[in-house]
Amino acid sequence: MGSKQSVGIVEPKTAVLGDLRLDNGSVLSPTVVAYETYGTLSPNKDNAILICHALSGDAHAAGFHSDGEKRPGWWDEYIGPGKAFDTNQYFVISSNVIGGCKGSSGPMSINPVSGKPYGSSFPFVSIKDMVAAQKLLVESFGIQRLLCVAGGSMGGMQALQWSISYPDALENCIILASSPEHSAMQIAFNEVGRQAILSDPNWNNGLYEDNATPRKGLALARMMGHITYLSDHKMREKFGRNPPRGNLLNSDSDFAVGSYLIYQGESFVDRFDANSYIYVTKALDHFSLGKGQELTKALSPAQCRFLVVSYSSDWLYPPSQSREIVKSLEASDKRVFYVELTTNEGHDSFLLPNQRQEDVIRGFLNMPVNE
Amino acid sequence: MIDSKILSSTTLRERPDFAYILDVISPGSRVLDLGCGNGDLLYLLKQKGIRGQGIEKDEDAIVECIRKGVYVHHGDIDEGLSHHEDKRFDYVILNQTIQETRHPGDIIKECLRIGKRVIIVFPNFGYWEVRFRILFQGKTPVTDLLPYRWFNTPNLHFLSILDFQEFCDIRGFTVEDRAFFTDLKQVKFSPNFFAKLALFQIR
Repeated sequence: MGSKQSVGIVEPKTAVLGDLRLDNGSVLSPTVVAYETYGTLSPNKDNAILICHALSGDAHAAGFHSDGEKRPGWWDEYIGPGKAFDTNQYFVISSNVIGGCKGSSGPMSINPVSGKPYGSSFPFVSIKDMVAAQKLLVESFGIQRLLCVAGGSMGGMQALQWSISYPDALENCIILASSPEHSAMQIAFNEVGRQAILSDPNWNNGLYEDNATPRKGLALARMMGHITYLSDHKMREKFGRNPPRGNLLNSDSDFAVGSYLIYQGESFVDRFDANSYIYVTKALDHFSLGKGQELTKALSPAQCRFLVVSYSSDWLYPPSQSREIVKSLEASDKRVFYVELTTNEGHDSFLLPNQRQEDVIRGFLNMPVNE
Repeated sequence: MIDSKILSSTTLRERPDFAYILDVISPGSRVLDLGCGNGDLLYLLKQKGIRGQGIEKDEDAIVECIRKGVYVHHGDIDEGLSHHEDKRFDYVILNQTIQETRHPGDIIKECLRIGKRVIIVFPNFGYWEVRFRILFQGKTPVTDLLPYRWFNTPNLHFLSILDFQEFCDIRGFTVEDRAFFTDLKQVKFSPNFFAKLALFQIR
């Protein structure tokens, strides 16, 4: 086991792929997917791992885009030489979902007919569609069978969908902090976020211009979302009932937690698009593989080996939802590992350093393929 | 990496119950190990070509199982069985687990539903050393198989070989086989007095 290092400087890439018929019947032409890769593809093309991102994520999962970049990719903790997804061993592909706003086909793409961004006229995209676009990307490398598909939260839904959309195309599947379908509560939080965007004076039915975007609504949506990614414990620890730092008179909130959320909301609007937020949260809310026997039936085509991880403090995607997946997999005789990790960080836990998480991912990936 | 040779030779020497179980179960069987701990038994079963999976509540033990590559489900056995179909497993194993469960009768009944056969291993409370400690010290016995004090023990139930046999008779379970052990070997003579560990195979 070598020491852990960064993958270093990485280059964002874009693939222009073939047509894609979406779940709702429309056709994406061409299908554009933004992606990054880390490590080297083996001559047999049998060491590729696909990483799927969560709601507000992007293809930049590891390393740095430039020397001056302050923060590495969103899962740099786990992807790199000597890390859990060891780039000395594996070829890691991370792509941005379609329907998003980080370089893949989505509401911000230019509609060739009008010469303007699609905005809200972009077709509805499902989790299944996102996965179909990833499949096109993977095939463009000449990879028939992935060693693993891995993701957390929405990324976990994609990984799960991979296992049933393309049962022969993956050996292993890692599903972290995820769910076979959203509960009413999860939909409710997303609905409030969407309504915040819809009620912004700049919304204009989603046909807003660059100079007047629904910033306030999107910031509120993000503030709402951000609360659900944290935990009571984390907030007590981080903010307590403290006043905001700096000058109280110039602050928008009487509390540190308030000014933190305002800051999170405001920085989010600089890097995310309101239409995409609506598209992607709808894809999440409409994803439904059912419960109990219905879920067992839905998962029955899967052939791969599964690692399912939940987190004790995650109240947004609670362990019970991961257990639903696991029970259905076990009921239809799939090979599955399940662990509930004890954490204090809430839903965000899967993104944060955790020795046990590293150990289980490493152990899982090290298992011989045929066992 | 785990050195399988080291694991199997030392484990089997120290665990005659493991040796017995490995001998009984044939390759290709499906096994569920409830309270599988670090997965040592499942790992040995796997090497013999037996398809096993386990349930375990201790997080560190689960991580160890995954590192060994034995399929494992993190959770309580009291709630982890209902999704399994009838007679799904050839064997369900309760190795020194049953005395820690809240409702052993219900669990064994559920095990018999999902398993064709159930193997139950437990520390024998009728062992002479246990009897002597109660008799002469007048205290709750602490022995190598019952290493806890009254205030920190995970064991909720204390049972002897005779207790378990009686339980099977009351519930109408068929006892197919029994084996009794001291540290390193089987005990044939007066097991309820001389055996530290008891194994029952029921149907």
